[in-house]
Amino acid sequence: MITQPAIAGYALQLGDDALIMAQRLSEWISRAPELEEDVALANIALDLLGQARSLLSYAGAMAGHGHSEDDLAYFRDERDFTNLQITELALAGFGEETARLLAFSSYQAELYQRLRDSRDETLAAVAARAAKEVAYHRDHATQWVLRLGDGTEESHRRMQAGLARVWPYTAEMFRADPLGQALAAEGVAVDAAQLHPAWAGYLGPVLSEATLAWPETVAAPGGGRQGVHTEQFGHLLAEMQYLARCHPGARW
Amino acid sequence: MTGDWPLWEVFVRSRRGLSHIHAGSVHAPDAQMALRNARDLYTRRQEGVSIWVVPAAAIRASSPDEKDPFFAPAADKTYRHPTFYDIPDEVQHL
Repeated sequence: MITQPAIAGYALQLGDDALIMAQRLSEWISRAPELEEDVALANIALDLLGQARSLLSYAGAMAGHGHSEDDLAYFRDERDFTNLQITELALAGFGEETARLLAFSSYQAELYQRLRDSRDETLAAVAARAAKEVAYHRDHATQWVLRLGDGTEESHRRMQAGLARVWPYTAEMFRADPLGQALAAEGVAVDAAQLHPAWAGYLGPVLSEATLAWPETVAAPGGGRQGVHTEQFGHLLAEMQYLARCHPGARW
Repeated sequence: MTGDWPLWEVFVRSRRGLSHIHAGSVHAPDAQMALRNARDLYTRRQEGVSIWVVPAAAIRASSPDEKDPFFAPAADKTYRHPTFYDIPDEVQHL
């Protein structure tokens, strides 16, 4: 059965993924290896923030509790966020961030390509725009993985270590979620559990061309969709929500 | 870290039918990445439909020292401008 709260919950999942990934990528501004990479990562973060705004606004409208995108972004606590844990990880360097961007944007690319056919017109419209954006994000990450993996001995080592750091959190992207599955059966959502073959089908050739080994890691427990988050997530929210909570109603 | 990457000059074509115009420069490790960096810096607001990148080191520029021999002789040759023709009234859009 398609209910408005169910669609709201699904839009919230995708919106939270985009919002938290945008926040993590924004942390690279002024810290990337070159000014040009600062700009590239900021552009990607802004694309994701745009997706988050559309999805959170829609989630607020469908949930019927009158919450705006800002209410949802700034005035929820840790346990209310439904983002995948891979988006919130506090990573240590450019190799790890590149690995996360490759894994996550490849997941988003497969998801949005299919969500374009959603029976829900708003989700289909958001997906149509986002599919083009994340195709570029995936390309950007791919270019870096190829260069770092097949670069110097040191860049290869760091890229392989970056993959090992984030790979345990990729399993959660494809874990069966009751909400997504129920809506997928009605042609509204995409069942993420079905995306793994296509995701791995893209990444396999990229990693081998980059002379990198497919990481053999044990899956992390996950639980982001249920509001279970990693230790660093509270710090991320503190920084992201600080201003809105200190000055409620603040506007540009 | 910085300063390792070569400089690339960026040319952007804003519409079909127009020529590529110099937009600025970017740093990038190679041509592929230079194209992408140029896309992020110079076409964010729909400025372009096509981008060229050229290694800045491959450009041979005229020198300021050669300014007079290069450009000054054109200054007093007004006959090179098509200003000595009477344009018939019936010619439009000229």
